[in-house]
Formats: sequence, C-alpha cells, structure tokens
Amino acid sequence: MEYFIQQLINGLTLGSIYGLIAIGYTMVYGIIGMINFAHGDIFTVGAYVALAVILLLGISGATGATMLVLALLLVLVISMVFTAVWGWTVERIAYRPLRGSFRLAPLITAIGMSIVLQNFIQVTQGARVKPIQPIISGGIPLFDGRSDGGIIVQLSWMQLLIIVSTFVLMVGFTFLITKTALGRSQRACEQDQKMAALLGVDVDKTISLTFVMGAALAAVAGLMFLLLYGVLDFYIGFLAGIKAFTAAVLGGIGSLPGAMLGGIVLGLIEVFWSAYFSVEYKDVAAFSILAIVLIFMPSGLLGKPEVEKV
Amino acid sequence: MSAHPMLKVEGLHAAYGKIVALRGVDVEVAKGEIVTLIGANGAGKSTLMMSICGTPRAKAGQILFDGEDITTTPTHLIMRKGIAQSPEGRRIFARMTVMENLQMGASLVDEQYFDEDLNKVFDLFPRLKERSAQRGGTLSGGEQQMLAIGRALMSRPKMLMLDEPSLGLAPLIVKQIFEAVRELNRNEGLTVFFVEQNAFHALKLAHRGYVLVNGEITMTGTGAELLKREDVRAAYLEGGAH
Repeated sequence: MEYFIQQLINGLTLGSIYGLIAIGYTMVYGIIGMINFAHGDIFTVGAYVALAVILLLGISGATGATMLVLALLLVLVISMVFTAVWGWTVERIAYRPLRGSFRLAPLITAIGMSIVLQNFIQVTQGARVKPIQPIISGGIPLFDGRSDGGIIVQLSWMQLLIIVSTFVLMVGFTFLITKTALGRSQRACEQDQKMAALLGVDVDKTISLTFVMGAALAAVAGLMFLLLYGVLDFYIGFLAGIKAFTAAVLGGIGSLPGAMLGGIVLGLIEVFWSAYFSVEYKDVAAFSILAIVLIFMPSGLLGKPEVEKV
Repeated sequence: MSAHPMLKVEGLHAAYGKIVALRGVDVEVAKGEIVTLIGANGAGKSTLMMSICGTPRAKAGQILFDGEDITTTPTHLIMRKGIAQSPEGRRIFARMTVMENLQMGASLVDEQYFDEDLNKVFDLFPRLKERSAQRGGTLSGGEQQMLAIGRALMSRPKMLMLDEPSLGLAPLIVKQIFEAVRELNRNEGLTVFFVEQNAFHALKLAHRGYVLVNGEITMTGTGAELLKREDVRAAYLEGGAH
C-alpha cells in the first residue's frame, strides 16, 4: 500500500511536467491546427536557460529558504522570457509565412525547427550531460510503514512544488481562456479566423501570443525538470516532447483540461508500469494504452466531437 | 449630406483565385443612407461585401471609407474604423455561447457601453436573451441570423453591412429586422449597406439600390425607381411582389 501511494505521488509529478508541455501543443493545435514539433525543444531551451541562470546566481542547496524562493522565481521569469522570445520567433519566421499553404508544409518546417533548435543547443552547450547538485531536498514524510516491513512514504518538497504550481497554472490558464477577452479572441481565431478578423481581432497577434504562452509554460516545465532530475542534455526535449504530444492527443488535442489529464494519465501509466512490471517496457505500455484509447475514443479522453448544426 | 460619402468603391476588381468575381464595380453609400445591392446568385454580391472588408483583396480599384483609403488596409484594421458585417453564412462561433458571440462583437468597444448595447440587441431579438447561455452551434438558422446581426450591432458601427439578413428567417422576423434597421437608421443615423435576394422588401427599405449582374453594376437608382422598372421587376421581383 505504501509503495502504491509513493508511486502515485511520483506519477503525478511526472504527469504534471508532461501536462505543462502538452498545453503548448494543444493550444497551438487548437488555434492553427498544426503540431508544433519544435515545442519540445523550446522546453529544452527553457531548461538550459534555467541552468545557466542558476549557475550564474550561484544558487545551491545551501541557499537560505527565502532567498531560494526569490532566486528561483527570478530564474523562472528569465527563462520564461527567453522561451517566449524563442516561441514567438519560431512562429514568426517558420510558420507564419506558410500560413494558408497546404497542411503538410508547416508540419515539415516544424520538424525542421525542432532539428535546428536541437543542434543549436548541442553546438552551443555541448553534447555532454550537464548535472547540477540537488537544490531542493527533503520533504514531508506522510507515513512510516517500516513497522510492518514497508517503506516511508514521502512527498518531497520538489514534488509538492511541481504539483502545486502545475495546479495553480492550470487554474490560471483555464480562467484566461474561458473568461478573458484575450481567451475569447483565441477561441474565436480557433473556430473561424476570417470572422475573428471581421470583428477586429488581430489574428496574427493572437496566434503569436498563443505561441508565447505555450513557450512560457514549457519554460516552467523545463525548470521543474531540471530541479527534479538534476541533469540536462540537448536531447531531453525530444522525448519529453513526444510524450507531451502523446499526452495532448490522449486527453483530446485542442482541449486544455484534456492536455493536463492526458499528461497525468501518461505519467501514472509510466510510473506504475515501471514500479510493478518492467522499466524497459514503460514506453511500450504508455503508447499501447494511447493506441487502445484512441481506438475507442478517437477524439481523446476530453476531446469534443463537433456538435454543429448548420 | 457630408462632403464625402461614407463608402466609395471605384473600379473594384476582385477574384477568388482565377475565378473573377467583380469587374470594375462602382458603389457609393452616403452617410446616413440605406443602400441595397440586389442580384442573382453568383453575381458577386457577397464578394463585394467581403472585399470591402479586405478579404479577398481588391485586384484593382479603390475603396474609400469615411474619406480614407482602405484598399490595402488589413481586415481587422478596416473593421476598427467602424464597419461591421453580418457575413454570408452567418459565421457564428459554434462552440461559443450566444453571450460570448455578442462579447466578441463588442471586443473593440469600451466596456462601459456593453450592458446598454446588449439590452438594445436583446430588445431587438428577445430570443437571443432566452438562449444567451446556449452554444451558437445549437441555435436554429433563424436564431443564428439574429445572432450574426446582433453581434455586428454590438460593435457600434458607423456603417452596418448585412449579407442577406432575411435568409432563413420567418416573414414576421424579416419584417422585424427590416423595421429595426429602419429605426436605427432614422434614430441614430446608422449607415446601412445590405445585400438581399428578397429584392422587393430590400428596395422598399432602401433609399437607393444597385443591381449587380456578373460582377458588374448594371443599374442604379432610388428604391422606388428601381421598383418601377420593368426589367428589374422581370429579373428580380417575379413572384416576389405581393
């Protein structure tokens, strides 16, 4: 039982990271109907910028609690700004000129941008793995199962931080999309760009902002990944990106809560499969479940089938 | 009448790809005027409405709104100058509620006017009030038409463009809408430029009318003049004038 709960916590943590990245995929898909394959690499950029700022500021496990919080917030803001600029630039130079061309064209440039970013990071940062010392350690022991031969179930501060901030961001974003004028414009562009323009909405700007928002969330995920695992390489974004994309599809691409749910489901499957079966097959398990879900629910868990009356 | 017309279209050519839709159209709408454009299916009426808004772009010719050249202005900036359109096919945001659709219409207007404008639209179309929490895609065709017109009104336009406002509506509602347009025009001086299939009603409502045939204006005159013309009656009014 203790083991189960511990794995549940681990799964939620991993799932949160996937979910944050998945939101970027799902938002962009929602608004322009393309898969932004470079999004995973934007996540890598976010993680590297975070790493650079952490080293620059000399943040370590020895930093005092208040300072640490402030410093990490600063790291987060800087890394979000950087990824936002990257996300904006990628859209501006690689996708916007192709808007209105046939569907596969932006998909191919997206793959191209992904390769460009990956190689850029590899060339400038080196191909070797970059480790950092754990910065946030310790946690809350939930209960001690040692008396009857179990283990201590612990919710580490790091895990708590990830789960809570993901939850907060999720609530904030849902509010932004469903209740604000910007969110309404985004949904309008999603449904009918020409009509949105006829109502005075600057469609290009709205699409740019969508990329910026997705990229900023990827930076949050990048920092969390760095703090949780303590190692980076130029390739992390590829696998994380594929997983997050899977999460977005699993949850129903285009749906914000779906992306989060898909991320968490995927995280849980991976962690539980590794815990009870074999680590080697965790990806096989995750993708098999994706395939099965899509057979029975082609639009994903929370994807909305079109209900339109004409 | 003011020094320059509200809308002045000169020698407008427009095309969808290789299909030429407009061949040198000249249209003028004065401030405070109701002008209608009548013509058969495929004559290019909707293309004219849309290319005034910049989509599709004019291939040649000039479009002036309120004295300003908007021929190459991006669509969203044209609309911000005070044009609102209820377009062909209504283009309701199907996955947004009625209220959200109306909010989209008001997105360029100062929030302080929202409640006032909303009440006006609801007075005009009480049906929309009943359905305000419902998704646009679940409305009937007529209700969607009301929503499209309501959404256009929410932007407090200087010039309102309506593409077949009577399409899909019961005669009683059509009468209401035409009456509402007349009132907005009379009381608030709203300039209206609209396309109609229902030429009889359109020419009765409008101060002036244009007849569009195969992308060219073939006739123009006051509503009453056009109504009297034999060729207009034969082409557009047979069976319609009761």
